[in-house]
Amino acid sequence: MSILQELTNRDRVFEFLAPAQSPVDVRHGPILYLEDVNVSFDGFKAINNLNLTIDDGELRCIIGPNGAGKTTMMDIITGKTRPDTGSVWFGSRHNLLTLSEPDIASLGIGRKFQKPTVFEALTVFENLELAMAADKRVFPTLTALMTPEYRDRIDEVLEMIGLKELRQALAGILSHGQKQWLEIGMLLMQKPRLLLVDEPVAGMTEQEMERTAELLTSLAGKQSVVVVEHDMGFVRSIARKVTVLHQGSVLAEGSMDQVSNDPEVIKVYLGEEA
Amino acid sequence: MWLMRPLQERSTRIFLGVLFASLALVSVLHVFMPQDSALYVSAYTVTLLGKYLCYALLAVAVDLVWGYLGILSLGHGAFFALGGYAMGMYLMRQIGDRGVYGDPLLPDFMVFLNWQELPWYWLGFDMAWFAFVMVLLAPGILALVFGFLAFRSRVTGVYLSIITQALTFALMLAFFRNEMGLGGNNGLTDFKDMLGFDLRTDATRLGLFIATGIALAMGYLICRGIVTSKLGRVSVACRDAEARTRFLGYRVERVQLFVFVVSAMLAGVAGALYVPQVGIINPSEFSPLFSIEVVVWVALGGRATLYGAVIGAILVNYGKTVFTGIMPDAWLFALGGLFVLVTVFLPKGIAGLLFKPRKSSDASNTPPAKEATA
Repeated sequence: MSILQELTNRDRVFEFLAPAQSPVDVRHGPILYLEDVNVSFDGFKAINNLNLTIDDGELRCIIGPNGAGKTTMMDIITGKTRPDTGSVWFGSRHNLLTLSEPDIASLGIGRKFQKPTVFEALTVFENLELAMAADKRVFPTLTALMTPEYRDRIDEVLEMIGLKELRQALAGILSHGQKQWLEIGMLLMQKPRLLLVDEPVAGMTEQEMERTAELLTSLAGKQSVVVVEHDMGFVRSIARKVTVLHQGSVLAEGSMDQVSNDPEVIKVYLGEEA
Repeated sequence: MWLMRPLQERSTRIFLGVLFASLALVSVLHVFMPQDSALYVSAYTVTLLGKYLCYALLAVAVDLVWGYLGILSLGHGAFFALGGYAMGMYLMRQIGDRGVYGDPLLPDFMVFLNWQELPWYWLGFDMAWFAFVMVLLAPGILALVFGFLAFRSRVTGVYLSIITQALTFALMLAFFRNEMGLGGNNGLTDFKDMLGFDLRTDATRLGLFIATGIALAMGYLICRGIVTSKLGRVSVACRDAEARTRFLGYRVERVQLFVFVVSAMLAGVAGALYVPQVGIINPSEFSPLFSIEVVVWVALGGRATLYGAVIGAILVNYGKTVFTGIMPDAWLFALGGLFVLVTVFLPKGIAGLLFKPRKSSDASNTPPAKEATA
């Protein structure tokens, strides 16, 4: 009898009937959860028992010397690399290890690579238009129209990344820093829940770094942002919470002051600069 | 509607205006001027201009894939020739028993080869609608299969160019064989009439010229409609940063396949209109050299503008007509020299001189100059 009741209960959707694109469940706090992750390449342990939790809306900086596993960690989250063991969850509903790269991207994990790649022959506006979350198949793209809602969405992002005056400029003429912002804007057009940003200020001037810091801090809260960066000054200016990676696992975690006073951290990483 | 959008552009309106004005002018001068007038346009000239317009449509098709998608096809002559053969087969069946051997069913070359019955792939070509559908389908299906295999394997750049060359060369060798049942090295010729009109009369020739002009206008509108749509911007994105486009969630190989097939079909239409005007189709249209010449027209006219391709095709072929009359042997040297001069001094081609890009969206379609030499 109780089974019959359960089967006819219309409030509940069975797991197998639920659409694959079900919203990310963050009721329990974390948006990203990595537990006991191990990856080795030809015997070299790139990731060694890594445990990491990112809360919804958090801005997290990840630092670590070369070879600490920062890029490999990003690869695991975006589905490019599969770990040998461990579990990776997006919210408490989506097991990222079972999803393909495009699926993970459409769930709302956006990644910005180190080298900015924008479409140089298109305008800033058109770059954002192409990045917009929309039907990306051939015929819908052919007949797609620019609706006021889309235009508003693009304007909103242009405002956020500070390129409003340059909307009709070709992306090819932008400075290095502006290209980086445009690329962050292209990620934002896809309405991500989690942004993975790889070395955003490499090669930037002081002023550009300041602007980037403002941009990333303004994004936190609405999106969760994970920043991998080498530049300690920049990390200090934006970080609320810092994770130090070393040899594939977490060495220390906490505020910038806590971390930079940690004797272990000073030994392996900060020591070189201090 | 994406097809109507280009009509709002200044360049499209100017192009269509000039095209239709030229069609009207040539028609009026041909019909109403007395034969001894200096302004009279002879039927020979009308057909010659019609031939140029066919080449112009082919050049537009090549510019669509090369200029906007970055796929340098050195085998578009194959699609042009396939469309031409489909039309040629229809025209052959229209001859009926008026051939040299007077066979009511078999074309002359089959009688000559002692064939007893019509091969299966000739069936249906006695009906105009079937032949006209095949004009689109034959190049379209070849492009679909070829493109599917090539783009799925992510073959691009110079490798793709080489494969397209091989494709057209292989087809040329195949069509040279008598066993293909398509006339061997003589091809298909001796056409009599089309849709009931005698192909040798001046009125039919003028009609074909105007039909070619209208086909060029429609082909131009279709291409322009694609390049001004969001899909056109995605094509440019594929051209410049394929991996990035894929990462944004676009299926790059499908975009390439779609545009490639559209381009092949347009090339087929150009070939189909070419055949009744020149009166013959033979395997030399498949020759790799012809396909390379088409690319030269586009480069001279200016890549990624579409109207540049039209200008290039008409000017080069006019030059060829004049030049081969005076110094036949020097033509290829002249063409090669022109190509070198234009790529060095006018990287955007002749079109780059005509319209200075006023705003960024025009310039957006101009690829980096150095690629023009690719």
